[in-house]
Amino acid sequence: MMVDTVLWSRLVTGLTLSFHVIFATIGVAIPLMVSIAEFVGIRKKDNHYTLMAKRWTRGFVISVAVGVVTGTAIALQLALVWPNFMQMAGNVIALPLFMEVFAFFFEAIFLGIYLYTWDRFRNPYLHWLLTVPVVLGAAMSAFFITSVNGFMNQPAGFLYEAGQFTAVHPLQAMFNEATPSKVFHVLASAYMTGAALLAAVAAFSILRKGATDYAKKGLKLMMGVLLLFSFLTALAGDVSAKYLAEHQPEKLAAAEWHFKTEQGADLIFLGWLNAEREIMGALHIPNALSFLAFSDFNAEVTGLDEFPLDEQPPLLVHYLFDAMVGVGFTLLAVSAVFLLLRLRKKSGELNRWMLRVIVFGGPLAFLGVELGWFYAEIGRQPWMIRGYMRVEEAATTSPSIVALFFVFLTLYILLGTMCAVVLRRLFRDNPAEVELEKAAHAKQQALQDEQAKKAGDPVS
Amino acid sequence: MMSYEIVGISVLWIFLYGYLIVASIDFGAGFFAFYARLTGNDHLINRLISRYLSPVWEITNVFFVFFFVGLIGFFPDAAHYYGSALLVPGSIAIILLAIRGSFYAFENYGSKKNIVFLFLYGATGLLIPASLSVALVLSEGGFITENNGIVTLDYLALFTSPLAWSIVGLALTSVLFISASFLAFYASRADDKPALELMRGYALFWSTPTIIAAFTSVLYLSQHNERHFQNMMDLWWLLGLSVVFFLIVLWLLFKGRAYGWAFIGLMLQFLCAFFAYGIGHYPYILDPYITIQGGATQEAMGIALVVVFVAGLLLLIPSLALVFRLFLFDADYVKGKK
Repeated sequence: MMVDTVLWSRLVTGLTLSFHVIFATIGVAIPLMVSIAEFVGIRKKDNHYTLMAKRWTRGFVISVAVGVVTGTAIALQLALVWPNFMQMAGNVIALPLFMEVFAFFFEAIFLGIYLYTWDRFRNPYLHWLLTVPVVLGAAMSAFFITSVNGFMNQPAGFLYEAGQFTAVHPLQAMFNEATPSKVFHVLASAYMTGAALLAAVAAFSILRKGATDYAKKGLKLMMGVLLLFSFLTALAGDVSAKYLAEHQPEKLAAAEWHFKTEQGADLIFLGWLNAEREIMGALHIPNALSFLAFSDFNAEVTGLDEFPLDEQPPLLVHYLFDAMVGVGFTLLAVSAVFLLLRLRKKSGELNRWMLRVIVFGGPLAFLGVELGWFYAEIGRQPWMIRGYMRVEEAATTSPSIVALFFVFLTLYILLGTMCAVVLRRLFRDNPAEVELEKAAHAKQQALQDEQAKKAGDPVS
Repeated sequence: MMSYEIVGISVLWIFLYGYLIVASIDFGAGFFAFYARLTGNDHLINRLISRYLSPVWEITNVFFVFFFVGLIGFFPDAAHYYGSALLVPGSIAIILLAIRGSFYAFENYGSKKNIVFLFLYGATGLLIPASLSVALVLSEGGFITENNGIVTLDYLALFTSPLAWSIVGLALTSVLFISASFLAFYASRADDKPALELMRGYALFWSTPTIIAAFTSVLYLSQHNERHFQNMMDLWWLLGLSVVFFLIVLWLLFKGRAYGWAFIGLMLQFLCAFFAYGIGHYPYILDPYITIQGGATQEAMGIALVVVFVAGLLLLIPSLALVFRLFLFDADYVKGKK
């Protein structure tokens, strides 16, 4: 029997990316949150926030390790699993890939310094400054790698002759039309997810052990950040939809089950398809798709009928799209409600139901990120490079790919479990309060030692 | 004016050399940590290892990613041949790197005492260089066949090749030699006499197999790839220089002085040998499928990559200098006072 190496190549890559994206998102978002917390701590001279930055960083390091190894895996797999893709597209996308490694290099260097220099600078702002290259490096890697993905969606910057890319313009390829909206959406949603995660941790701690000052401060800070970035994510989603309508209409049409080109198109929410491809049980919002796509209720929206059947994305992306949008708006609503409750000034925001919803919001945000990527990637099928290379032309021909799928699956299960176990051990046995007390004690001790020294006594 | 593809391959070769040095320190340290545990010497060197390696392991990893992303960037054909042929060995290397990478994060939180994990750390330290050196063996030609555009790796030829085994042997011994020499230097900076004596012993011990493996590899290369061997013999002075540096290193280690100079000598020894090997490989990247001129990317991309590379170095060199100042040349940090 012939092994369908294309299917298994897709599964291996899908598996690695689904696992990597969790840690990549953390890797982009948490440095910003750490930077904010450390800065607030220095400004307010409040060691709660400084401790927050320290503890978040400690947890972050664990996830960085997994992020680095899975990132290395995906970088290698690009060539190992999709050799023909890299041979053809390498001429055009090598630049952003190369720059991504530079950004990663830059981030790695300063993260190492940041981690091991907590008490080495007299001026606390100097240490805080080290977060700037880390945050920038993380955002730059996201930018460069997303631009590669943008190229696969919207190829640009070359001439196409006899199956080869010629007359390459590396910068045009990088700044293709898909890049701006994609980068905006990726960054905003990553920061949103990071804030949702840390808010969930704080809310969980309040639910379990009561409202300590430390947890309350963390919760408030992160809910504020969450509100900002969930709003920006929604905005980025709108920008992306408008981009799709104009440049990649088959992806939007598949997501919206928009079969026929028409003016004043309806937005279809939820529902399912029966065997005859008829939409059942859905909510039709009149003319809303036209408005979403072109800011005009009567604009014409391209339907799937304009594409040959073998170039249409699978229709299941509708569910992914709806779920992703649902997650985004849920998080926006949760953070808005939290803010409203706070404005009532009766500490209403700390009621147990609110906290439970916030805890639930952490995993929900990650689900949203996964769903969004599934939508973006499955919505591009059957293309590897849209319009130029189909997925089946790009995959490896080695049947070993089947075994490798299971090997990598085992590896990721192991890594994920270990990561969870270590994180749990790290924080459960060492609550923030105990650490604060220890720090205060150590400070007092140091003060006493100094006084003793001044008095001329030998320090015992 | 050098052509961009020559600049490209030179840059990549320098980066591979950089990776060879920093990764060897890392991989060898894993083996020594495990070995020292078995022989009850772990208290001597564990702290030394973790103080230097923890801040830099991610940087080490980037060197590697940098090399092969650069290789594919400059020479996209390499993706087709190496990518197809190395699916299995490459994936094994990914898994080993994953085990090792996660070690650094997890070791800080108690697992250091876990002998199984320490064993994995030590074992990957030897298995990763072995699996990566397979790519170098493949580049000599004769192990990859192409039919109708489908590239396959001849495992039987690979596993029965004395050249393959001698290169793997060279990779292993030099990893241990480089690592022990560096850790001896680091121990001398830390004024840590017992650790210094231990590492000096290891370095002296591993110097001999390293040089034997080097000569064996050259010998088998002469049988496997006459052209490459002849090219290297034309660079006899570079190889000779390498041997001279080796003798200086040996003498300094034996006398137990100037460990900093000894390590620099060792770096020069490997630099000379590595470049003699690399220049001799010219003009092939994969004999006989990919040549440097034929496999290079388009000019616009090649030039863009070189420009970015220079700009990137302007960013990286000061940053790396900062790392070295903070973690390698800061005497107080090295001694564990900070």
